[in-house]
Amino acid sequence: MFEIVAKESLAPVLTKFVIRSPFIARKRKAGHFVILRVDDHGERIPLTIVDSDAESGTITLIVQTIGKTTKLLSLKEKGDTLLDVAGPLGNPTPIENLGTVVCIGGGVGTAEIFPIVKALKEAGNRVVTIIGARNKDLVILEREISEVSDTLIIATEDGSRGLKGLVTDALSDYIQSNGHIGAVYAVGPIPMMRAVSNFTKPFDLKTFVSLNPLMMDGTGMCGACRVTVGGETKFACVDGPEFEGHMVDFDELIARNRAYADLEKQSLERFERELAEGGLIHG
Amino acid sequence: MVNPLKPSERMRIPRQAPIEQPPAIRNHNFEEVSLGFNEDLVTQEALRCLDCKNPVCIDGCPVSIDIPAFVRLVVEKKYLEAAKKIKEQCYIPAITGRVCPQERQCECECLLGKKHKPLSIGKLERFVSDYERLYGDNTPPEIHARREEKIAIVGTGPAGLTCAAELAQRGYRVTMFEALHAAGGVLRYGIPEFRLPKAILDVEIENVKKLGVEIVTNFIIGRTATVDELLDDFGFHAIFLATGAGSPNFQGIPGENLPGVYSASEFLTRVNFMRGYLFPEYDTPVKIGKRVAVVGGGNTAMDAVRTALRLGPEKAYLIYRRTKREMPARAEEVDHALEEGVELHELTAPIRVISNDGRWVSKIECVKMQLGEPGSDGRRKPVEIPNSNYILEVDTVIIAIGQNPNPIIQATTPNLASTKKGTVVVDENGQTSREGVFAGGDLSRGGATVILAMRDGKLAATSIHQYLEKKAVEHHLAKTAVS
Ligand SMILES: Cc1cc2nc3c(=O)[nH]c(=O)nc-3n(C[C@H](O)[C@H](O)[C@H](O)COP(=O)(O)OP(=O)(O)OC[C@H]3O[C@@H](n4cnc5c(N)ncnc54)[C@H](O)[C@@H]3O)c2cc1C
Ligand SMILES: Cc1cc2nc3c(=O)[nH]c(=O)nc-3n(C[C@H](O)[C@H](O)[C@H](O)COP(=O)(O)OP(=O)(O)OC[C@H]3O[C@@H](n4cnc5c(N)ncnc54)[C@H](O)[C@@H]3O)c2cc1C
Ligand code: SF4
Ligand code: SF4
Ligand code: FES
Repeated sequence: MFEIVAKESLAPVLTKFVIRSPFIARKRKAGHFVILRVDDHGERIPLTIVDSDAESGTITLIVQTIGKTTKLLSLKEKGDTLLDVAGPLGNPTPIENLGTVVCIGGGVGTAEIFPIVKALKEAGNRVVTIIGARNKDLVILEREISEVSDTLIIATEDGSRGLKGLVTDALSDYIQSNGHIGAVYAVGPIPMMRAVSNFTKPFDLKTFVSLNPLMMDGTGMCGACRVTVGGETKFACVDGPEFEGHMVDFDELIARNRAYADLEKQSLERFERELAEGGLIHG
Repeated sequence: MVNPLKPSERMRIPRQAPIEQPPAIRNHNFEEVSLGFNEDLVTQEALRCLDCKNPVCIDGCPVSIDIPAFVRLVVEKKYLEAAKKIKEQCYIPAITGRVCPQERQCECECLLGKKHKPLSIGKLERFVSDYERLYGDNTPPEIHARREEKIAIVGTGPAGLTCAAELAQRGYRVTMFEALHAAGGVLRYGIPEFRLPKAILDVEIENVKKLGVEIVTNFIIGRTATVDELLDDFGFHAIFLATGAGSPNFQGIPGENLPGVYSASEFLTRVNFMRGYLFPEYDTPVKIGKRVAVVGGGNTAMDAVRTALRLGPEKAYLIYRRTKREMPARAEEVDHALEEGVELHELTAPIRVISNDGRWVSKIECVKMQLGEPGSDGRRKPVEIPNSNYILEVDTVIIAIGQNPNPIIQATTPNLASTKKGTVVVDENGQTSREGVFAGGDLSRGGATVILAMRDGKLAATSIHQYLEKKAVEHHLAKTAVS
């Protein structure tokens, strides 16, 4: 059992959890994720480790409420426990000093890019971070990220904070007015990662994206997480989750992630009905 | 009571058929298909054994169970003693009795099989071990010598469980690490309930725990801690790696990554391990649609197609590139699959998976094969028949063409020799290229069998014991030399 030692709501659909998991805290690096299961009837879902503290033996997760499992998780409180937390999974992000790097986080991807920003900064890079969000209420981790970035650019779709526009608009502005960029790291919704990859391709600018396929075991055992990269099938949980954006078949990833959309919707609706009726069957 | 019958009389008794759920009923439920023998059947069957002077059946059993000896005890209705006899060689007979490919092992050699049908050794083994589970004394054996050394066992499949039990009985402090949230390996997440009830596995795992073995789940060696950390930081004196061969192969044909194409591992894990068949009561979804095609001819393919059938499609096709005769699956499972209504497309290979809308599978294109010259493995190689392509309309495709070890431990353990396929190299004692690190089961063999995994677990336990004894002596000598 894994205890929730702190919980904080960051935005209407974004919740931060600090979870006791000493072994994972001791080992985790930027780019790692965990797979967790809330309860005995639950699904195994992957979540990026946003931060960790080896001393107190805790890890930080930031979760966007999107379906049944993330909703159930969002209802857990400090002191509650999660049944299973396994990790750290995936390959850590390769961190090098490349001079200037641009990190882009969109939506909950802002949380996922944070540890990468931090690690790149610690490795001596000049880090430019772009946060994209639909509106100002969804901008998260601004203070934490600005502390470890040399430049922070915020772009909102409605212009309620920072630039009005998409992260690619911000990236375009930045590239036009500045010099050499060593690499771009982008984490966020698939359309965003695709847009960034398409944008950087003509500049021949190395672009890393962190893919979020459906996963189950996270140890290379099921192949649910397979993605096509450079024409080859890769298992994102053991070969990734980070890949070179210019090589990724994003259409396939989008199609595969939609595989259970109908059932997932049904599951969420059933859960919300149960909640409304006040009779939680399990949890 | 010894066997009162003359050999000629014994040979006249027909091989007893086990009790089974009727096909049309069982293909709608997940309960055990074969109910085995009752006491009458078990007696009749046991009486058939010729109690041979040269019991060749024993040579067929990878762990050399003294078959005539235990069968004699069955004739005498001394079931608990029979179980004990089997357990001298095999730690988990309730499981091997159910899942061993007997027709290629013990029963294949049985003398009765030369003229008649072989003795039903697996079903006898199953009966006595089930009997023991129900009526036997389940108190764990007393452990006399306590040892200080700590041993880590990585993976909780049959290889790991056997090794853990053996070492715990020798007094060692044993900790097992499992990546998933429950122990048992393929016995838990792969082989379905209708072939191996999980309650039986649970008892075996409980028995291992009763010996003082600690099982840590959600702990991935190579990620949560590496092999070197187990040795250097966690203070383990030896390690047995038994992480199996769980990583599924794909064919590399076009369309294989379309939604609706599963590996058998994913499909079986969704249904058996995550209980997808009870969605939405359980949260993990699985989709099967009206027509499902399973590709392969091994146990995994049989389990996948029969599991799929139980989710209620109209058609379940089994596509195999050789013929039924060449299928590596247990004969009983192939027969059961066909009885349950699986439609066999033998001498057939898929060449392309097609989707009408890009969102989900809709067809699979196949080509007919014929058997050509024998290949390096002695089996005749299937070759394509030109222009014999045809299309099957399907809603789901499940690929079951073999598995290799997952790469995590090999990639994170320096100087651990492994093959191109990812199997870890071991010597005749089960030792890897790293001192104090042993391996066995599917991890060193590639996809093999439960009984071989068990045998490897036993061998590793003996080797680890010898290794630590030797270390202790060396340590002692070093100490006396200093003082
Ligand atoms: C390596 C990795 C790291 C991740 N890190 C985080 C993180 O730090 N924070 C976070 O909030 N989420 C993260 N995700 C995504 C998270 O795993 C999913 O949002 C979660 O599994 C959804 O579960 P659910 O039951 O709530 O929703 P579901 O009911 O399963 O899905 C609801 C909707 O979300 C879509 N969806 C399902 N799974 C995913 C997925 N893996 N990625 C994108 N869309 C999905 C479905 O198509 C569906 O339409 C990560 C995913 C991966 C693979
Ligand atoms: C569907 C299916 C049906 C089968 N049917 C039969 C049958 O009828 N008869 C038969 O004899 N054989 C059968 N087999 C083969 C048999 O199950 C295997 O040969 C046997 O289970 C191998 O045992 P093992 O202990 O080596 O590994 P496994 O049973 O594979 O167990 C390995 C365990 O290690 C864990 N693990 C993996 N990596 C790590 C890590 N890094 N850290 C910690 N833990 C890890 C895994 O999660 C797993 O629990 C079947 C196999 C499958 C897939
Ligand atoms: S362990 Fe397997 S091979 Fe050996 S006697 Fe039992 S069923 Fe036969
Ligand atoms: S070979 Fe067959 S008949 Fe002879 S002892 Fe073995 S099981 Fe009995
Ligand atoms: S999640 Fe199962 S192989 Fe990657």
